[in-house]
Amino acid sequence: MSDHASHERENHDYDVVVIGAGGAGLRAAIEARELGQRTALVCKSLLGKAHTVMAEGGAAAAMGNVWPEDNWKVHFRDTMRGGKMLNNWRMAQLHAQESPDRIYELERWGALFDRTKDGRILQRDFGGHRYARLAHVGDRTGLELIRTLQQRAITLDIDVFMECKILRLLKDAEGAVSTAVGYWRPTGDIVSFTAKAFVLATGSIGKSWLYTSNSWESTGDGHAMAAWAGADLIDMECVQFHPTGMVWPLSVRGILVTEGVRGDGGVLRNTEGRRFMFDYIPPMFAAETADTEEEADRWYDDHTNNRRPPELLPRDEVARSINSEVKAGRGGPHGGVFLDIATRRSADEIRRRLPSMYHQFKELAGVDITAQPMEVGPTCHYMMGGVRVDAETEQSTVPGLFAAGEVAGGMHGANRLGGNSLSDLLVFGRRAGMAAAEFARGRTGAVAAPEAEIAAVVAEAEAPLGRDGGESPYDLHHSLQQMMQELVGIIRTESELRRALDELDTLTDRAQKLSVSGGRAYNPGWNLATDLPAMLTVSRMVTKGALERRESRGGHTREDYPLPDPELGKVNLVQSIDASGNYTLEPESLLEMPAELKELFEEAPH
Amino acid sequence: MADVTMRVWRGDAEGGKFTEFVMPAVEGEVVLDVIHRIQAGPAPDLACRWNCKAGKCGSCSAEINGLPKLMCMTRMDVLPEGEPVVVAPMRTFPIIRDLVTDVSFNYTMARQVPPLSPRPPEPDGTYRMMQIDIERGQEFRKCIECFMCQDVCHVIRDHEENKSSYAGPRLFIRFMELESHPLDTDDRRELLRQRMGLGMCNITKCCTEVCPEHIKITDNAIIPLKERVVDASYDPVAWLGRKILRRTKRSALDAALEAPGQRVPTRQERVPTVAAAPATEHT
Repeated sequence: MSDHASHERENHDYDVVVIGAGGAGLRAAIEARELGQRTALVCKSLLGKAHTVMAEGGAAAAMGNVWPEDNWKVHFRDTMRGGKMLNNWRMAQLHAQESPDRIYELERWGALFDRTKDGRILQRDFGGHRYARLAHVGDRTGLELIRTLQQRAITLDIDVFMECKILRLLKDAEGAVSTAVGYWRPTGDIVSFTAKAFVLATGSIGKSWLYTSNSWESTGDGHAMAAWAGADLIDMECVQFHPTGMVWPLSVRGILVTEGVRGDGGVLRNTEGRRFMFDYIPPMFAAETADTEEEADRWYDDHTNNRRPPELLPRDEVARSINSEVKAGRGGPHGGVFLDIATRRSADEIRRRLPSMYHQFKELAGVDITAQPMEVGPTCHYMMGGVRVDAETEQSTVPGLFAAGEVAGGMHGANRLGGNSLSDLLVFGRRAGMAAAEFARGRTGAVAAPEAEIAAVVAEAEAPLGRDGGESPYDLHHSLQQMMQELVGIIRTESELRRALDELDTLTDRAQKLSVSGGRAYNPGWNLATDLPAMLTVSRMVTKGALERRESRGGHTREDYPLPDPELGKVNLVQSIDASGNYTLEPESLLEMPAELKELFEEAPH
Repeated sequence: MADVTMRVWRGDAEGGKFTEFVMPAVEGEVVLDVIHRIQAGPAPDLACRWNCKAGKCGSCSAEINGLPKLMCMTRMDVLPEGEPVVVAPMRTFPIIRDLVTDVSFNYTMARQVPPLSPRPPEPDGTYRMMQIDIERGQEFRKCIECFMCQDVCHVIRDHEENKSSYAGPRLFIRFMELESHPLDTDDRRELLRQRMGLGMCNITKCCTEVCPEHIKITDNAIIPLKERVVDASYDPVAWLGRKILRRTKRSALDAALEAPGQRVPTRQERVPTVAAAPATEHT
């Protein structure tokens, strides 16, 4: 078990291989399997543990169960405005149109969403959504979603390869992806998959930052593997810092506090007790945001005659405001601000609507949220940027490679609205599965594994196991996290971003000299060493994008360019890595929105 | 603050022993934090599972001072001060390495649960369900699959041979969730009796006691299931009713028996395992 020699490699051949078993991966695998393809689902953790399970608030879908006025056009408009118009309009449109069907489908598969009084799926308010739109189950919607999809996948007899880490995607002579190579975490044995189509659904990149809501798995594997395979990535500078993460105790810093707290009536206060969000209403949202506490409080029961509370502005606005309050010295003892639901709703209602928040604060921080405020601050949460895909098919710029969910870019533009992620992964997971199945059917001939390249990938991954006297991967990881937190965090500036690029050079050199003690069987040190190349690649792309986007837009905020630049608002920054390993970055015009959709943005906002 | 002494089980299927680590104490930490500091320091290859670190994914189950707990939700300051903290893997499952066990049993059994077969929808294509009618099902769907209920269940903890014919508490609540689902049209009682070993549970409530989601596994799932199964098997009125009346629910066992051969999970569905450990080796 613990020798360092290569084991004989096992290979599995499929029509479609899906990498990642969160919501998007599961939904893609389900679709490909239902279309008759031999489908495999490969994931780094056990099935059902992916980060989707952490989603709390809900899945946004304009079903109109609470507000019949809601429809896809309103949802589309909210999504585009939330994304500061950088979104791929066609993805935002498909998402708004198709998400209700995807939610109803989950119900047929056994999901039990909270209900309205007349027995329909209840919908909850969230930031940036004009109407209460999030289908939910208390504050554990992600668990409901992943379990429903997991149980559906099992019903369809999809082959699941658990605790299996994919290192690289390799292409055949025609330039289409043909092979994924990786290893089993329990044994360390090398494994490869040949398939006619691959779907990346690997989620986020948050583990490159010190304070993040993401789990250990969010190391940007899919982002990096796509780039290494020659695919284009877009909007890599657009990283979302969720406004409300826990700040204390230090060991839980970054863990998410759902936006549902604010959706259900919670408000943000500084140490003076002031609801400071009234001081930060940006012009773009002024017409539809309440400017008095009285109006804001009336809104929860009467959306028609009142404007929404500023606590429910899009996440980028709220996160920046919290940052400013803390900087101005009006923050709490642990560097956060106060999220108060205790004085706003009854203890019973809080426990019923927000059970896991109640539990989380009680157990981890010793805070009773029905009696005390929560201290919260921004945490690295979501990657808007990612693999550039075709809106209809989620195919990347590399044949045979598809991407869905967080690893794909475009859908959310510069900032994602809460609730749009769970519906995103359903809508585009399904579409990716469909298109991958179609591609697989059309791909003829046996798919060959490029043996020499596989050997090189394996040798690189195994190198730290045989090396003595090198650096610990944990130390390198910590250095990367500290650096990204400090220099490529929520507020960015040119000098710091340049320093970050220099630091990344040093860190990349250090990564060549890692040493790992122990064997290859379930060795977290080695696993981390094999995650680091992806983290370094992705961090570099984020930094390069952030340096190039000389404006502030959505999740990307530049201290030296505090305002949006209308010209930069018309382009995506497209990044790729060429065959010799050089990073390239080119601005490219956004897709042109058709006139009938443009009209939606010209009407009066209310 | 003083130091903390962690006594962590280390080894694999071949055997192992507890290793002691003395670490500085840090305010507000949970057991998993200290395990992570051990990884980043004295034992970089110490194996443990974890994901969310907030009690939502159920990955980091272990036996802490002899009791199954989520490492991410067990604060160091609630454990006896000045005494070593003993961290061992779940005993019911074969060891892979250190704190990581082979929990594939649970996934194999889950494959044998027939899915929901919902009644036809309303004319508009959607369903109406009242909140009060779904609350029982929602209780069971809080399950985070930490498998600690399976870990403490005597039927399999002490009897490896029962695993092939016993679903265990985690899957009993899954069955009850389906049975109480307002849209359900299936009848799983015979399947539960004949294939899932419901009768083997002797209601000691150990599972309920360890559930981190506080699901009333025994009272709200296992006992009602047992009642349903008993009613179906031994109640003469029900028996007569079945003979006379057309059955409204097709039995899941019928479906299983009609299927052309029960599916055997393939190797890759399971976490690849090293040879099964003797059940008591690591305690």
